[in-house]
Amino acid sequence: MTALLEVEGLRVAFGGRIEAVRGASLAVARGQTHCLVGESGCGKSVSALAVMNLLARRGRRTADRLAFDGADLLGLSDTAMARLRGDRMAMIFQEPMTSLNPAYTVGSQMAEVLRRHRKVTRRAALDRAAELLGRVGITAPGMRLGQFPHQLSGGLRQRVMIAMALMCDPELLIADEPTTALDVTVQAQILRLLAGLQRDLGLAILLITHDLGVVARVAHHVSVMYAGEVVESAPTASLFANPRHPYTRGLLACVPVPGKVRRDQPLGSIPGVVPRVEPGFAGCAFRDRCAHADATCAAAIPRHAAGEGHDFLCRLPPDWVQAEAAP
Amino acid sequence: MLRFLVRRLIVALLVAATVVTLAFMLTRLSGDLAISIAGANATQQDVEQVRRAYGLDRPLVVQFFDWVGRAALGDFGQSYFFKQRVSELIAERMPVTVTLGLVGLAIALVVSLPLGIIAAVRENTAVDRLVQLVALIGQAMPSFWLGLILMVTLGLRLGWLPISGTGSWEHYVMPGIVLAFSAIPALTRLTRSGMIQALASDYIRTARAKGLSRASILLKHALRNAAIPVVAIAAVQLGFMLGGSIVIESVFALHGVGFLAWESIGKNDFPVVQAVVLVLAVIYIGLTMLADLMNAVLDPRLRSA
Ligand SMILES: Nc1ncnc2c1ncn2[C@@H]1O[C@H](COP(=O)(O)OP(=O)(O)O)[C@@H](O)[C@H]1O
Ligand SMILES: [Mg+2]
Repeated sequence: MTALLEVEGLRVAFGGRIEAVRGASLAVARGQTHCLVGESGCGKSVSALAVMNLLARRGRRTADRLAFDGADLLGLSDTAMARLRGDRMAMIFQEPMTSLNPAYTVGSQMAEVLRRHRKVTRRAALDRAAELLGRVGITAPGMRLGQFPHQLSGGLRQRVMIAMALMCDPELLIADEPTTALDVTVQAQILRLLAGLQRDLGLAILLITHDLGVVARVAHHVSVMYAGEVVESAPTASLFANPRHPYTRGLLACVPVPGKVRRDQPLGSIPGVVPRVEPGFAGCAFRDRCAHADATCAAAIPRHAAGEGHDFLCRLPPDWVQAEAAP
Repeated sequence: MLRFLVRRLIVALLVAATVVTLAFMLTRLSGDLAISIAGANATQQDVEQVRRAYGLDRPLVVQFFDWVGRAALGDFGQSYFFKQRVSELIAERMPVTVTLGLVGLAIALVVSLPLGIIAAVRENTAVDRLVQLVALIGQAMPSFWLGLILMVTLGLRLGWLPISGTGSWEHYVMPGIVLAFSAIPALTRLTRSGMIQALASDYIRTARAKGLSRASILLKHALRNAAIPVVAIAAVQLGFMLGGSIVIESVFALHGVGFLAWESIGKNDFPVVQAVVLVLAVIYIGLTMLADLMNAVLDPRLRSA
C-alpha cells in the first residue's frame, strides 16, 4: 500500500533569492507518526505549508511528486485543494495564541469547518465541537464554545486548535511544533493527547519538532532536515541506534544517554548556524560545520541506503561509523 | 472599559468647553454687534438702546455665563434676523444636514471598503498603486471645486440632477458625493492597511488551513477585524462631514444647519452662529465617543477588559 502522503523532490523558493526547501522527500504512512526534525530555519515549516498549499504569496513550490492517498496534489485547483484542507488533511501551528480569530467564539470557529465540508446544521456542528473539546480534555465544553480566544490560556487554545482540526475526521494531521510556545507541563499533556488521538483514531501525524525526547517517544519514522534537504530518514529505532549523517549524529550528541534522552534539550549545540542557501548552490550545505568534510563535499552528494527504510545524504559510505571505530 | 469611557467623557467635556468659549469669543471679535444689529443709518441713541435691549452693555464674562447657562438648557435665545427662536431654527434645519451626512458616509463606505479590500488583496501590484493614487487625488481636491465640477457636468450638461435646493432625494446626491470624497481617502487607506495586516495574520492562515472559501476568508475573517478601526473612524468622519456641510450646503444651497450658519455669519446673527457651532461640536464629540463604544462592541477583547 502506498503511503498516505508522498512528497518527492519538493522545492520552495521565495522571490527567487532564498531557496528554503531543496528537493526534500518524505512519506507519511497511514496511521503513523512521522517526525520532521532539524534546527530552526531548516525549512520544516515551509515544507509543511507547501504540502498544504498555504505558502505566502511570494513562495513558489515545485515537486517531482506530491500525492495524498495516491492522488496528485500539484495539479489541483485552489478550490479543489481547499476542499481537501480541513477535511481530509488538517494542520495546527506553533502559535496557539494568535492562530484563532479574536473576533469569533470558539464554537463558531469550530462549527464553520464542519459546515464548510459537510452538510450539517449549526446545531449539529456545535454538538460535534463540544464532543471534540471533551475528547481533547477540555472540561465544561459547552461553556467554552461560547468563549472568545482571549479568554483561554495558550494550552487551552492549542487544544481548541487540535479539536478544530479533528472536526471532519481527517486522515492526516500536520502539527508544526505544536508545543514550542507552551510551558513544559502543558507540552507533555499536548503530546500525550496527540499520541492518544493517533492511536485511537488511526490518524497519520506529521509532527514537526526539535525535541528529540518527543521523537524518541512518539515517532514511527523520522526525517532529519538540514538547509532545505532531508539529510537522513529512518525508522525511529534505526535512527537512534545507527545515526549515519554527521548532522544527525551532532543532534543526538546533545542528548546524553540514547533512549533515555533529556527533555528540553534544544538542538543547535553544534557549532555554527544553518546557512541561507541561494538557488544554484551545489554540494553539502553542512560541510562548513562538519568535522568529516573534505574537498568532495562541494560536489554532488550521493544518497546511501543504510538499512530497511533508512537512507542518508552524505559522501561518507554507509559503514563509515564502524570503519572509524575499528581502524 | 468603564474607566476608559469615563476618561474619554472628561476629555470630551473639556473639548466642548473650549469650543463653546471659542464660539463665543469669535462672534464678539467681529466688531461691535450693537452697531451691526441696529443697522447702517441708526443714530448713536438707537445703538445704545439696542446694546441695552440685547444685554450687550454687560461685562463680557457675565454675557458669556448667561449664554452658557441658557445654552445648557437648550435655550439659544432669539435670532436677530429670522425673528424666531434659535433652537427652533436648528431643529428645522438639522434633518437636512444629518441626511446629507449619512448619505455622504454611505457613499464613502460603499466606495472605500471595496477599494481598500481590492488594494490589500493585490498589495504592491499596479491595482494597489492605482487605488492609492485615486485616494491621494481625492484628498487633494478641494470640495467646493469638486462641487462645481459636478454641478457643471451632472447638473448642467447632462441634466441628471438638480444643482441646488432641498426639495427631493436627488438634491442630496451631488452634495453627498462631494462630502464622501473628503472621507474616502482616509477610509480607503485604513481599510487597506487593516486588511493587509489581517491577511498576514496567523488566524487567516488557520482559516485557509480549514479550507474556507475565499469569500469567507476575506469578508468573514479578515474584514471583520480590519473593520474595527474603520467603523470607529467612520463615526469620526461623519462628525467632520457635518462640520464640512457649512461649505457644501452653501455651494448647493441645501437648507441645512450649515447653510443656516453661512447665512447668519453674513448677517452677524451671532446667537445662531454660536448655537450652530456649539451643536455641531457637541455632535462631533458625541460621535467620537460613539466610535469608542463601537470599538468595544466590535472587539471582544475590549468588551470584557
Ligand atoms: N514568507 C517567507 N519569505 C521569505 N523567506 C521565508 C519565508 N518563510 C520562511 N522563509 C525562509 O525559509 C527558511 C526556512 O524557514 P522555516 O521553514 O520556517 O524553518 P523551520 O525549519 O524553523 O520551520 C528560513 O531561512 C526562512 O527565513
Ligand atoms: Mg518552523
